[in-house]
Amino acid sequence: MKRKVIRNMRKLQFHPCGNFRESYLEELAIFATDFGRLWMLIGLVILFGVIPFISSPFILYVLNTIGIYAIAAIGLNLLIGYTGQISLGHGAFFGVGAYAAAILATRAGFPFWAAVPAAGLVTAAVGMIFGLPSARLKHLYLCIATLAGQFILEYVFIQWEGITGGAEGISVVGATLFGLDLGNDRTFYFVVFACFVVMTWIAINLVRTRFGRAFIAIRDNDRAAEGMGIPIFPYKLLSFAISSFYAGFAGALYAYYMMSITPEPFNLWLSIIFIAMIIIGGLGSIPGSVFGAIFIVILEEVLSHATQYLMNIGATGIGITIAPLREFVFGLAIVLFIIFEPKGLAEVWRIVRSSFRLWPFSY
Amino acid sequence: MYNIKEAHPVMEFFLQLLVNGISLGFLYALSALGFVMIFKSSSVLNFAHGELLAIGAFLFLVLSAWAKLPIVLAFALTLIGSFTLGFIVERLFLRPLIGEALIEVIMLTVGLAAMFKGLLLFVFGGDIHDYPEFLPEGISLQLGTIQVPSVYVAALIIGIVFLILFGFFFKYSSQGIYMRSVADNQPAALSLGVHVRRVFALSWAIAALVCAMSGIVLGIINGVNVHNLSGIGLKVFPVVILGGLDSIGGAILGGIIIGLLETFTGGYISTSLREIIPYIVLVFILMVRPYGLFGLVEIERV
Repeated sequence: MKRKVIRNMRKLQFHPCGNFRESYLEELAIFATDFGRLWMLIGLVILFGVIPFISSPFILYVLNTIGIYAIAAIGLNLLIGYTGQISLGHGAFFGVGAYAAAILATRAGFPFWAAVPAAGLVTAAVGMIFGLPSARLKHLYLCIATLAGQFILEYVFIQWEGITGGAEGISVVGATLFGLDLGNDRTFYFVVFACFVVMTWIAINLVRTRFGRAFIAIRDNDRAAEGMGIPIFPYKLLSFAISSFYAGFAGALYAYYMMSITPEPFNLWLSIIFIAMIIIGGLGSIPGSVFGAIFIVILEEVLSHATQYLMNIGATGIGITIAPLREFVFGLAIVLFIIFEPKGLAEVWRIVRSSFRLWPFSY
Repeated sequence: MYNIKEAHPVMEFFLQLLVNGISLGFLYALSALGFVMIFKSSSVLNFAHGELLAIGAFLFLVLSAWAKLPIVLAFALTLIGSFTLGFIVERLFLRPLIGEALIEVIMLTVGLAAMFKGLLLFVFGGDIHDYPEFLPEGISLQLGTIQVPSVYVAALIIGIVFLILFGFFFKYSSQGIYMRSVADNQPAALSLGVHVRRVFALSWAIAALVCAMSGIVLGIINGVNVHNLSGIGLKVFPVVILGGLDSIGGAILGGIIIGLLETFTGGYISTSLREIIPYIVLVFILMVRPYGLFGLVEIERV
């Protein structure tokens, strides 16, 4: 039976006109058709072979930011979208990763390749501490507990001056990887997107394993999951740990990319931006997290450039007065997505794709 | 022998902190009332609470200081305006989400908070504005050597009046009973003929009204500033968790405890710790007694 399925899968597959899956193995397949593999290969070639060589430094900067945020958003989606545990502290976890990498690099002399995963591990440990309340709390209580975690971590960033440098922050310069200088946007692009591809690959495969299925079971009905023999608390903690690892990993990349870090960026607003990314992208969808990161970063860049542009053409007064409207547009985007497309951009993408699938003979 | 004269400055400092803490606590309690109101009737955690406070405060500012209306009229118009605003917010944004997942409702209020804050900053800027003087000096209190300013007395009076009003409202009025029934079990309330949508709309409207009132009091004391007021919206979380999310009396006591904690930490330990101590206490309470001091024990552990 199993061999038959495997042999079937080796045949070149095209899109069926409906759902003809016969086994769980087919249900779990990442690529429903061989075209999916082809598209992914083309995508990878464009990502690594074309984009970095034709983009201006500014575009590369935007892409790098998207890549870093996308890693963090994927991690947060594993926690919120797949395990159903709300965290309002991911902005601070991202900060923990950034500080851990900076401290390890400047004080302990860690090289880049060791500092980034180590920062992820440190953040995973911190995330597990703040995940401990999930043993007793659910839903909004957990949400408030992580909110408190956000404020406490922000306080630590500012007040623990001996380690974090207080409001002055830390600067990380001169990072190299395999003899390449990482201060360059283009070199960093390759590093960020190599990490991004690996982390995405891990996340996509993680949700297909027993761990991922346990997470989804806990999200859908925790009492039923416990009844089926899933130890709830260890899995929740594991989810917190994995999710914080992603946030810390992304934060470490951010620290190396920005070269100097201060406590300000890692505030509650950043946590909200991460949640906005996965809501706008689509809860419980890995590609959705990436779409969300792209959407938010581009929205942010467009808004700040619109303000800058107005200031430059002499309308400084207008530029300053409409600056707060950035926040308004941000809030509006979140609200509109929740009301009109709660499943996010991933759902929009699915609808667009499926309408093209049978084109021009769609029904 | 214990010398009372030498101990006096220490004692006075302590008393001053005590009075400051209780006054601050009353302000927190007052600002938590609207939050509890919404939670009690629809179980929604409102992250836009601070912005609702700010909207009320700014509405009053516009009517009293800019349009120069008589204070009583301005006050009445502010209350009517924010009541309507609460209605509209519920109708436009919350109504489509009845029955949706919790995270979406929470994120919606986060989005609303960003929208309101952006709009307020756009219109009024980030400066501190002041109301015209209108409170009579006669109601200020003298406690021994310590002066309690009239605003705090006004806050105290408003707080107590509201506590009593809300107690009666939720206990005896039919709307109040509907609200409690909807919060307790929405489908059951629906099947018994409670107009759930009207209850939601009314609770948001009343909450916005209460928020406006608290916002005005806060504005009289600290000046009207968008950042301050929305920051207080986040301080509400430790207050209501300590008191119990669905208890108005608990919110008042929680507010006072948090206020005292803040001023004593600020006075005796360090001023930087002052801002963060409510959240440390919050984590501790959540671990030990998640339903708060007076909240309904209905949390389930899985």
